[in-house]
Amino acid sequence: MVSTLVIALRACVVTLVLTGVLYPLAVTGVAQVLFPHEAQGSLVVDERGREVGSALIAQGFTRGAYFQPRPSAAGNGYDATASSGSNLGPTSQKLRDRAVADAERLRKENPDAPGPVPAELVTASGSGLDPHLSPEAARWQVPRVAHARGVDPARVLAVVEANVEGRTLGVLGEPRVNALLLNLALDRQFGRAVEPVHPTGAAAAPVGASSAAGLEQP
Amino acid sequence: MTLIGWLQILLFFALVLALTKPLGGYLFRVFEGEHQPLPRVLGPVERVLLRLCGADARQEQTWTQYTVAMLAFSLLSMLGTYAIQRLQHVLPLNPQGLPAVGPELAFNTAASFTANTNWQSYAGESTMSYLSQMMGLAWHNFVSAAVGAGVALALARGFTRRPGPAGQKTLGNFWVDLIRATLYVLLPICFVYALFLVSQGVLQNFAPYRELLTMEGVKQTLAMGPVASQEAIKMLGTNGGGFFNANSAHPFENPTPLTNLAEMLSIFALPAALTYTYGKMAGDTRQGWALFAAMSILFFAGVAAAYAAESQANPALVASGAAQDGNLEGKELRFGVCGSALFATVTTDASCGAVNAMHDSFTALGGLVPLVNMQLGEVIFGGVGAGLYGILIMVVLAVFIAGLMVGRTPEYLGKKIEAKEMKLAMLYVLIFPLVILGLSAVAAVIPQGLSSLNNAGPHGLSEILYAFTSGTANNGSAFAGLNANTPFWNISLGLAMLAGRFLMMVPALAIAGSMVGKKVVAAGPGTFPTNGTLFTGLLVSVVLIVGALTFFPALSLGPIVEHFLGAAGKAF
Amino acid sequence: MSSASSKPASLFDASLLKPALLDSLKKLHPKDVARNPVMFVVWAGSLLTTVLVVKDLIAPRPDGAPLWFTVSVMLWLWFTVLFANFAEAVAEGRGKAQASSLRKMRKDTLARRLVDGREERVPAPSLRKGDLVVCEVGDLIPGDGEVVEGIASVDESAITGESAPVIRESGGDRSAVTGGTKVLSDRIVVRISVNPGESFLDRMIGLVEGAARQKTPNEIALHILLVGLTIVFLLACVTLVPMALYSGVPLSGTAVVALLVCLIPTTIGGLLSAIGIAGMDRLLRKNVLAMSGRAVEAAGDVDTLLLDKTGTITLGNRMATELLPLPGVRREELAEASQLASLADETPEGRSIVTLVKDTYKMRPRELQAHQATFVPFTAQTRMSGCDLNDPQPRSIRKGAVDAIVKHVQSQGGPVPPELAQAAGRIGDAGGTPLAVSDGSRVLGIVHLKDVVKGGIKERFDRFRAMGIRTVMITGDNPRTAAAIAKEAGVDDFLAEATPEAKLALIRTEQGKGKLVAMTGDGTNDAPALAQADVGVAMNTGTQAAKEAGNMVDLDSNPTKLLEVVEVGKQLLMTRGTLTTFSIANDVAKYFAILPALFMGVFPQIAPLNVMRLSSPLSAILSAVIFNALIIIALIPLALRGVKYRPLGAAALLRRSLLLYGVGGVIVPFVGIKVIDVLLTAVGMV
Repeated sequence: MVSTLVIALRACVVTLVLTGVLYPLAVTGVAQVLFPHEAQGSLVVDERGREVGSALIAQGFTRGAYFQPRPSAAGNGYDATASSGSNLGPTSQKLRDRAVADAERLRKENPDAPGPVPAELVTASGSGLDPHLSPEAARWQVPRVAHARGVDPARVLAVVEANVEGRTLGVLGEPRVNALLLNLALDRQFGRAVEPVHPTGAAAAPVGASSAAGLEQP
Repeated sequence: MTLIGWLQILLFFALVLALTKPLGGYLFRVFEGEHQPLPRVLGPVERVLLRLCGADARQEQTWTQYTVAMLAFSLLSMLGTYAIQRLQHVLPLNPQGLPAVGPELAFNTAASFTANTNWQSYAGESTMSYLSQMMGLAWHNFVSAAVGAGVALALARGFTRRPGPAGQKTLGNFWVDLIRATLYVLLPICFVYALFLVSQGVLQNFAPYRELLTMEGVKQTLAMGPVASQEAIKMLGTNGGGFFNANSAHPFENPTPLTNLAEMLSIFALPAALTYTYGKMAGDTRQGWALFAAMSILFFAGVAAAYAAESQANPALVASGAAQDGNLEGKELRFGVCGSALFATVTTDASCGAVNAMHDSFTALGGLVPLVNMQLGEVIFGGVGAGLYGILIMVVLAVFIAGLMVGRTPEYLGKKIEAKEMKLAMLYVLIFPLVILGLSAVAAVIPQGLSSLNNAGPHGLSEILYAFTSGTANNGSAFAGLNANTPFWNISLGLAMLAGRFLMMVPALAIAGSMVGKKVVAAGPGTFPTNGTLFTGLLVSVVLIVGALTFFPALSLGPIVEHFLGAAGKAF
Repeated sequence: MSSASSKPASLFDASLLKPALLDSLKKLHPKDVARNPVMFVVWAGSLLTTVLVVKDLIAPRPDGAPLWFTVSVMLWLWFTVLFANFAEAVAEGRGKAQASSLRKMRKDTLARRLVDGREERVPAPSLRKGDLVVCEVGDLIPGDGEVVEGIASVDESAITGESAPVIRESGGDRSAVTGGTKVLSDRIVVRISVNPGESFLDRMIGLVEGAARQKTPNEIALHILLVGLTIVFLLACVTLVPMALYSGVPLSGTAVVALLVCLIPTTIGGLLSAIGIAGMDRLLRKNVLAMSGRAVEAAGDVDTLLLDKTGTITLGNRMATELLPLPGVRREELAEASQLASLADETPEGRSIVTLVKDTYKMRPRELQAHQATFVPFTAQTRMSGCDLNDPQPRSIRKGAVDAIVKHVQSQGGPVPPELAQAAGRIGDAGGTPLAVSDGSRVLGIVHLKDVVKGGIKERFDRFRAMGIRTVMITGDNPRTAAAIAKEAGVDDFLAEATPEAKLALIRTEQGKGKLVAMTGDGTNDAPALAQADVGVAMNTGTQAAKEAGNMVDLDSNPTKLLEVVEVGKQLLMTRGTLTTFSIANDVAKYFAILPALFMGVFPQIAPLNVMRLSSPLSAILSAVIFNALIIIALIPLALRGVKYRPLGAAALLRRSLLLYGVGGVIVPFVGIKVIDVLLTAVGMV
């Protein structure tokens, strides 16, 4: 019995060192050499070379000239240190109220948008950090973005289409557009949207109709 | 449901099928073969490691010795993880300066990872230092999977070993199984797999959390850490404890549809392969394929139900007037409804518990599928090892019923199933209703239980039921709205997880011990075959009947009632 | 095989019903019920609802379930217990009826005990092992024992149902006598071999009454399964109460008890002991007495059957089938000599020769006296028999084993033609026995004695094969002969030139291969093999030693009875298995009846779950409870008769049973509960 405990203790130490220390260090070492960009978080820079986020992580957009990602339940919204879904169930009154409010706001912000509000714009993602929109949801926002930027919707739409990622191998996942990358592309093409930042700065913060404001020329 | 969705499901399953034989054959050679694979490279390492452990590799163990070794190792490793969490504030690799983990949470987490559950009452990125994640948690991801595999192998040996001339009653050596599973199987696969994950965008660094300004100039902090190395074993070891709170829904854990496929594959890979290994051990691979087939039938039933349910509109969203393209609440767009429903089925079929979508926000019936999957005993491929020993217990029950029905004393692989095995099998079966229903019933009426609920109405009961089911089934997924980080939940769930692990492993090992010495009865036309479709069908029915009959009343007050209420437009 | 006790009594014999009804009430005693945990839960539930009814009577609650409902559920729960008790009582009753007729025989016989050569009259029950008793014409033998002196014809019909008397004599294989049998002639001295209460008759009575019934291994295992399931459902129902409380659903105690009773496997739980008793009973009706239920179960598992050739596979006696004259001998000459040699030979072989000659050569038996013939009987020394004639001239005709005749002829200086050995060899190859016939110093030819395989035996072996049982013939014959007979009879294998040791070794080898072996035997030298075999069936005509060694006794002494024993063993397991499956499958429908009924009050939206469209929640619960009780009654005949065994492969058998009792078990209650609901509504009860 005692000898078994001694073996168990030694086995703990052996496996701990092997799998808890050597293995992650080895992976880190090799990964830093082979895939330094990815290993560090796939950071992206804007047209001025400033690191503005990770290509994989959603960030809040409140300006009318930017495509808005899905609502986020991470922290107070898009908090990359507090990933989370809403965890509201299908008979949740809270969820129902939230969706109704979101849909109302979106309809008000996008008066020219075609058809009903896309489903993902009223549903919080699992992580709260989902950077993607479906191509339909992006297209739905095109009239608003084009209006805010004062450009031809067709040109905005072209940027959207250029940023659509298809299914991997034709079957895996869903076609999608990365909102952050799309907005970066817009800024590169049409100049940076500067105004206005709402005081809340957070997720589902209402984007006023007046937000279709000034564009800063590069 | 779409055709492409189904193609994705079929592609996934085809890959599982394709992996089963080669990987299962490899496992057989690792654990049972005369000639170890990779002997030149890793053979000496194995010997050195065993010598460092002080274990005599040639010494085979009886079931009691095996059990004692397994329990001793599990106990000490659990204490180790408890200590690491409690001391993380004074240990290195804590760039965020996170404080020590509280005692109840540390107990819950230590129990959780020791039991291969990886239930998380905490949010990884805001609670655990890099050192706690790597050494406290990822370590367990390896060894708890290895322990599970060991127990399954021991039970498989109990059934398949032919008693030697000396009345051999041993089941192998726990330490050898532990080291071999880690060294030959988990580590090499994980190393390659982790690098693949990094290539797709999964983090692997020791940097402090990254602060930057977003495009709109808002401060955003990106959590960092050695994620990929942990992610790989989290899936392969069917552990499921995410580095981050959102688990595999987090883009840093599961960035692309390709990683999603790989993660699902790695959940099923070892449990599926073990069925083939078992067939090889039984000297008849069809024995293994019969188990595989039963698991596959249940898998497809689950995924079809989940996919169908999640393709429906979420009743809570109907009022918004938004388009209803399946239920997207709590789902990541890159995976979509199909990728999420499939992942949810896979992760709860196997006792993984990683999630790429929030099960709490699934439709009532969509959430019922993961719940039922777990309540069936984690035998649909199941956890590494746990799936095999779980299904073998079900086999004992199926064989018993079938044996009686053909008028013969029941036997399996030529060994008679007698009162003693039935007693142990029933002990095993009883743990689930006892712990799950018992604790759920308590939590459903006391304020300490109810105050943690995130949803009201039937969904609240589902949250309770899901928590104890997940804990006892050693799954670890959650209806995550439940705030489990309270003393009541941390302690009750911690105990549930330990019960669901060890109170079930011990009867399984005892059955192994009782079977191994049994005389082998020659098979004849009067023995019904356990390697054909008929037996597969029977096994499926037994699994369904045992699970469904046990939990149907409770489920009917949770997801089932919720389904009808939701359809009628009720909300809570 | 005409046997008095194997008459199939109708399942519900009116004379048995009344005591059975009484017994089912008596069995409500907690001590009796507690032996069966499944029914104990029902019993406790019934008690609980009774308390609830009383409480409602004293202090009615306006919001509670209506009184008529609580009372109805209570009554039907009690019925459930009573029905299960009734099943057991009926099964026991059938055994008891047999036992009481057996017991009559045991009535106060006065035994004539020999003490120091003096006779004294003592009551039979006071006899002890080792006592010597005298039995003469008309006496009932007072106890089991062994004849140590004398020879007598004994009427054993009371035990065996066989009316022809049997010979019992000291020494040899026919020395065992059974208490309760009657001496018809002569006088014997018997050494009593058992103490009171342990006799054959006692054991038989105990077994058929079910009193001495011990649970068999499979029964214990099944019992564990059922207890486990009961605990599972107990947990499911008890925990449902707080969960319902969470959901705002008030659950009445009556409803929860009703749900619990419907879910636990009452059908199989209630019938389990009846099945076991009925199995023993069925075996007894086939005139086989199993020493334990374990032996019956083992019979169902048998893989290899060892069968003695003589008496089992072949008719006990060889028959003359052909006359083979040597060259230069007329056929008629051989026929006449064979006939003469056999006329006075009363052995079956001898008679068969006479018959053959009469039928084939139309030669009427000649009057021996007319020839002043003297019969020469068979002796172990000469190994010949025949007759000596004096008229018209002295002749000495002999028949016997070939080598014996050769010696006989050579001693008289006669020639032995080589054809003799050739012919004998051919007969041996064909499985026959050659019998040479000589007249004086001349060898005339050979009579071909053949083992005659019993009619229908091949079909029986085919059936064994279909069951997966291998048959092995045991014979003292040489391998050539054995092979020929084995082929004709269709056995799978044979053991030739078998000695008791070889037999024992064969059993051990088979067992070493993991097979269960059954054998029949009667002689003392069979005892070790009988003991070694997993199932040893001793012939009742056999020795006491053989009977002690085996674990079954065939009262008819018919070795092919093993087939039926195996079938009964299998039937026993199958009946349990199928009813278990049926019982569990029933739960699906019961859930769909009761659960919606429980929750519909608070959640009317779940109405679609009420797939049977039962008229009201109360009716739904009551219908399920009534169905649950009635199904026990409905299945009593099946439990007593056992499910029909078909010699199919295991897979086919399983498929059939699963379809019938698994799928059927899911469907039947849906229909049954609906029908009861319709009836209840029609009579205006709900």
